[in-house]
Amino acid sequence: MPLYYDDDQVMLAETANQFMGEEGSIKNQLRHWRDRNCKDGFGHGLWKQFAEMGFTGMLVGEEDGGLGMGQVEANIVLEEIGRNLTPSPFLSSSVLAATALKHGSNDVRGRWLPDLISGDKVYAVAIDEGVKHRPERIACKAEKSGNGFRLTGKKDFVVYGASSEMIVVAARTSGSDGDADGVTLFAVPQDAAGMSHDSVRLVDSSMASHITFDGVELDGDAVIGEVDGGREVLNAMLMAGRIGTAAEGVGVARGAMDMTVDYIKQRKQFGKLIGEFQALQHRAAHLYSEVEIARAVTIKAAQLLDGGSEKADLMASVAKAKVAKVAGLAVREGVQMHGGIGMTDEYDIGLYMKRDRALQEFLGDQYYHANRVAELSGY
Amino acid sequence: MSDSDLDAFRAETRAWLEANCPPEMREPVRDEDDVYWGGRNAKFKNDAQKAWFEACVAKGYTVPAWPKEYGGAGLSPAEAKVLREEMSRIGARPPLSSFGIWMLGPALLHFGTEGQKQRFLNEIARGEIRWCQGYSEPGSGSDLVSLQTYGEDKGDHWVVNGQKIWTSYADKADWIFCLVRTDKENKYQGITFMLYDMASAGVSTKPILLISGSSPFCETFFDDVKVPKSYGEDVPAYVGQVNRGWDVAKYLLGHEREMISGADGGDRTSAIGAAMLRLSGELDPVLRAELAQFDVDALAYAAMGEKFLDEIKVGKAHPAQPNMMKYAGTELNKRRHELMMAAGGTRALEWDSEETGGGKPSRNWLRTKANSIEGGTSEVMLNVISKRILDLPGA
Ligand SMILES: Cc1cc2nc3c(=O)[nH]c(=O)nc-3n(C[C@H](O)[C@H](O)[C@H](O)COP(=O)(O)OP(=O)(O)OC[C@H]3O[C@@H](n4cnc5c(N)ncnc54)[C@H](O)[C@@H]3O)c2cc1C
Ligand SMILES: Cc1cc2nc3c(=O)[nH]c(=O)nc-3n(C[C@H](O)[C@H](O)[C@H](O)COP(=O)(O)OP(=O)(O)OC[C@H]3O[C@@H](n4cnc5c(N)ncnc54)[C@H](O)[C@@H]3O)c2cc1C
Repeated sequence: MPLYYDDDQVMLAETANQFMGEEGSIKNQLRHWRDRNCKDGFGHGLWKQFAEMGFTGMLVGEEDGGLGMGQVEANIVLEEIGRNLTPSPFLSSSVLAATALKHGSNDVRGRWLPDLISGDKVYAVAIDEGVKHRPERIACKAEKSGNGFRLTGKKDFVVYGASSEMIVVAARTSGSDGDADGVTLFAVPQDAAGMSHDSVRLVDSSMASHITFDGVELDGDAVIGEVDGGREVLNAMLMAGRIGTAAEGVGVARGAMDMTVDYIKQRKQFGKLIGEFQALQHRAAHLYSEVEIARAVTIKAAQLLDGGSEKADLMASVAKAKVAKVAGLAVREGVQMHGGIGMTDEYDIGLYMKRDRALQEFLGDQYYHANRVAELSGY
Repeated sequence: MSDSDLDAFRAETRAWLEANCPPEMREPVRDEDDVYWGGRNAKFKNDAQKAWFEACVAKGYTVPAWPKEYGGAGLSPAEAKVLREEMSRIGARPPLSSFGIWMLGPALLHFGTEGQKQRFLNEIARGEIRWCQGYSEPGSGSDLVSLQTYGEDKGDHWVVNGQKIWTSYADKADWIFCLVRTDKENKYQGITFMLYDMASAGVSTKPILLISGSSPFCETFFDDVKVPKSYGEDVPAYVGQVNRGWDVAKYLLGHEREMISGADGGDRTSAIGAAMLRLSGELDPVLRAELAQFDVDALAYAAMGEKFLDEIKVGKAHPAQPNMMKYAGTELNKRRHELMMAAGGTRALEWDSEETGGGKPSRNWLRTKANSIEGGTSEVMLNVISKRILDLPGA
């Protein structure tokens, strides 16, 4: 498969670009909701429009009422989300939760997917149990209880957790914290008794929850996939999420870079456009090169995942690590090259820096993934 | 072309490679004489090298994407990619390396007359003539257009005087493609892209020893060299038009940069951490972390290389993109060799031991320092990206 978009994908990219640039723009969404201190951190009206555009269920199979598209297509939408800093549950609901639910039984899919596709409900995923991403360790416990399970433990950094009607929770049904086996995924409804959210606003003005499960009773049909065999589904979900996060990061990097390059073409100091100074030109050109490379490897990872290649896992980590490095560079250079104005809240470049910081941590930072690349490469 | 046609082509290619690529030609290139450059005085290192070369010439696989009438195999971009993938899968060496293939050939395909194509492209494809590149001069490196080598118009020929520098393999080359000033008044539109025989009277070369201890480079002197304006009907001695050689030179530099970038570099872009671990037995955790970061960058760059080649074949790449590939690829390659020296420890310092194949690690390390200089420096690449891609202001 050639490493560029085919005609359909180009069309999707144009549609997503226009939609996110208008409806999902920084002014209309991020600033709008932030300035109103919105408790959700995103607009439900826009989410409905996502559904009308056919974005919400794009990863869901056609037999379940979705569009049966792949990661490449989801990434196209995510890149535009990143570029416009559009707050939405697309990544958590339509990529992560959808990927997990695809592995569910007919009952599970029938119960949750229609509302996901219609945009009536949003879902979240609960994986991490500390301040850093460590999905290898799952301590949160789900013990057998009657026909179902009793869930006890804590989860952190559940993005849009408090706004979600259902949360996919990775819990331990046997073995000990670091075991690969013994993990099970559950679809936990928001109104489950014994679940409490401590919802906090993050630096990028999105919302995330610390969740406590205090003996939450779950039916047997809350299980997604196999009991004790959830690791495989979890990994599939993580892979899609990591590649998706990389795509959003590419969008953030491109958005920040474009703003910066535009700015240095207009700003005058010392009687010249500052874009004439080679000290800035070379840094901008270096940044451009890095952004192109980060984008290439993200498309590559998505293609490998869609193609069912065993290299997808490695490339997911390469993409996540590379994008984290590059998007970080893009936002730092962006603020610096804007000079004082870049430090102001009124100007958008700082918003890119904030979003990048949150994306860096989501599903593993560059150090976590570089380490994974080393391990998967045998050293 | 449909997927099933491509699958058939892949199967066919695989079978052909199996039958024609000798096992010895599937080993990594270790020495300079593992590389076959062709030319009037070329010698094959062994029978395997000869057999592989001849099989490829017969099939058009020294220049697979060139049209058949010029010695190529006429492969479509998709087929060429399949061939590349299949060759890299078995680690097949390139059958022929040459500046003719990488640089002059593409320029001739674009600017050449039919007569030039018939003659020179076929010679290049069959490895008959080895070319060198006469661009740089002592006073004209990055500022190439300031070059002074002068060709005085004598009607049916020029008389060329001047000096070139850094001419790679000038002493082994049969012919030179050379930038010569033919109009002193016009800076950009006063340069002619000439082709002539290095055996012509008045051409002499002097080697330049590099810090790596080897010397494939030369100073090249032209002392009243007589260059005819034509080598026969429809075979002018210059490419493009007289005084408009700068256009050709720039076009060719794009291909040179693409080549140096290592976009298509096979194992140059594969992960090195594991290899380093084997070499030194144990990795310092800080070095391991740097290797991991390097592997992230190298694997990402490999994807970029693939994307770049895919896009360039269908005209989707920005015309200045080779500059970005050259910049990123060469900086990465230098970093690779810094890390390999660090992982190799004291063994990598050995300059002439048998264990190191005569100081390969340190000599290669030093040689790579030229990657970000030759074919245009990294700083010049960044200038080009700034201006031509980012459209930043200033001359
Ligand atoms: C938090 C904060 C507090 C401040 N407090 C004060 C204060 O109390 N009083 C006060 O008077 N000012 C204050 N300033 C202003 C500060 O001194 C300026 O922001 C600073 O001098 C940069 O100027 P600028 O913002 O106009 O950026 P610009 O001059 O527009 O620079 C934009 C970018 O171009 C680069 N650049 C500009 N010229 C060149 C060149 N020739 N070569 C290479 N690169 C170049 C800059 O390095 C920068 O990256 C403050 C600024 C901030 C952010
Ligand atoms: C191993 C090797 C092989 C080569 N092979 C060939 C060959 O086969 N044929 C051939 O014709 N040439 C060849 N070259 C020459 C090569 O193209 C030149 O060395 C190169 O273009 C740089 O020119 P220079 O050496 O004169 O350096 P200079 O142009 O003097 O540059 C010196 C330094 O100044 C920087 N600099 C210059 N201008 C600018 C600017 N505008 N902005 C910022 N920085 C700048 C450069 O980046 C560099 O760091 C080869 C060189 C090497 C090292």
